[in-house]
Amino acid sequence: MFILNLILKLGSWGQRRLSAIGRATIMLFYSLVGRPQFRKNFPQLIRQIYVVGVQSISIIVVSGLFIGMVLGLQGFHVLVDFMAEGALGQMVALAIIRELGPVVTALLFAGRAGSALTAEIGLKKATEQLLSMEMMAVDPLRRVIAPRFWAGVISLPLLTIIFTLVGIFGGKLVGVDWLGVDDGIFWSGMQSSIDFWDDLMMCAIKSVVFAITVIWIALFNGYDLVPTSVGISKATTNTVVQSSLAVLGLDFVLTAVMF
Amino acid sequence: MKFSKIEFTVGCFIVAAIICGVLLALKVAGLTFDFKNDCYTVHGYFDNVGSLKLRSPVKIGGVVVGRVSNIYVDPEKLVPVVEMEIQRKYNMLSSESKASILTAGLIGEQYIGITPGFYDEDMGTTYLKDGDRINDTGSAIVLEDLIGKFLYSVNKSDSSSESSSSGSGDAENVQ
Repeated sequence: MFILNLILKLGSWGQRRLSAIGRATIMLFYSLVGRPQFRKNFPQLIRQIYVVGVQSISIIVVSGLFIGMVLGLQGFHVLVDFMAEGALGQMVALAIIRELGPVVTALLFAGRAGSALTAEIGLKKATEQLLSMEMMAVDPLRRVIAPRFWAGVISLPLLTIIFTLVGIFGGKLVGVDWLGVDDGIFWSGMQSSIDFWDDLMMCAIKSVVFAITVIWIALFNGYDLVPTSVGISKATTNTVVQSSLAVLGLDFVLTAVMF
Repeated sequence: MKFSKIEFTVGCFIVAAIICGVLLALKVAGLTFDFKNDCYTVHGYFDNVGSLKLRSPVKIGGVVVGRVSNIYVDPEKLVPVVEMEIQRKYNMLSSESKASILTAGLIGEQYIGITPGFYDEDMGTTYLKDGDRINDTGSAIVLEDLIGKFLYSVNKSDSSSESSSSGSGDAENVQ
């Protein structure tokens, strides 16, 4: 009897998950597929890039700078034991470009922009703004969801690029300017070990994948929540937790596939 | 045109990100744009390419003059072929030049070192052109093979004679 109950519970859990994935796919499909209306949606897109991307720059730049500086400091103290300070640039750049850049940016983005999007769309739903849009023959998926999706997919890779560059310069600030690693060796070691296609393009691919994941989870959680105050708070939490886990898991899969 | 603060900041954001991307490509990845177009391709047959990789440097006397562009096995002769792109400004290489696969340091990366050969029209040598083949090649030294040969020679000399001096002499001969 106990085992039967367990299986039943598992089954209902699995069914709920599956139907949620199905609803999420349908939402994404209807918001993205259709006759493109660039002129109508472009101002919306610009506005959302401003909210999602531009307003996240400060946190991205500050955390990138400090992560680069910490990497420079820690790396220097380990490498100096082996008389290998010259490899500091290589180490900082590889760590940031391959892993920390895409992953940390996506995590910060999920916390900074993803949760805000969920709460915004959730409140629109709770106050029946989405329903009234439908009454006015405006498709809320095309009008609300689509510009936010594209804004996220455009913004996160750009933020990742900024994070990566700032992080490397943070490492350079500590390693070269404070601790006295040679400037030329720092940069030339980096350039010899980093390949444009193998490293930078993989970084870009990763960040695009993370962008789609994070923004999709955030939008779906907002669109699908129970329209109460408790529901909004739950959905916001879900967004941050689920997208962080998804980013970390996907990062492992992508690294295993690509490198 | 109407000035919108939001549009302006978004424009700045995108421009800043593009500048960062270009800086990354140039400064961190060391990408140069005028490199690829201005090259000619030569190839050589090697017995063993070791751990030579695509985009490994091609050097003359330690100075990078090109990159390895392709590595494959000739389907008929079953011999590894390495294609390398050499910058067009180094077009005075004679066809008698030697290309050998060398290792930077004891455990460093492998690269192709070109030793320029003599040029004499009467002897029938020419300058290397696009698509030419370098006949004189030297294969990669595989450390395991060397160790294997050394151990083999040590074992043989141990069994043939007791004295250590003749043993080491044998090892040198075999190598």
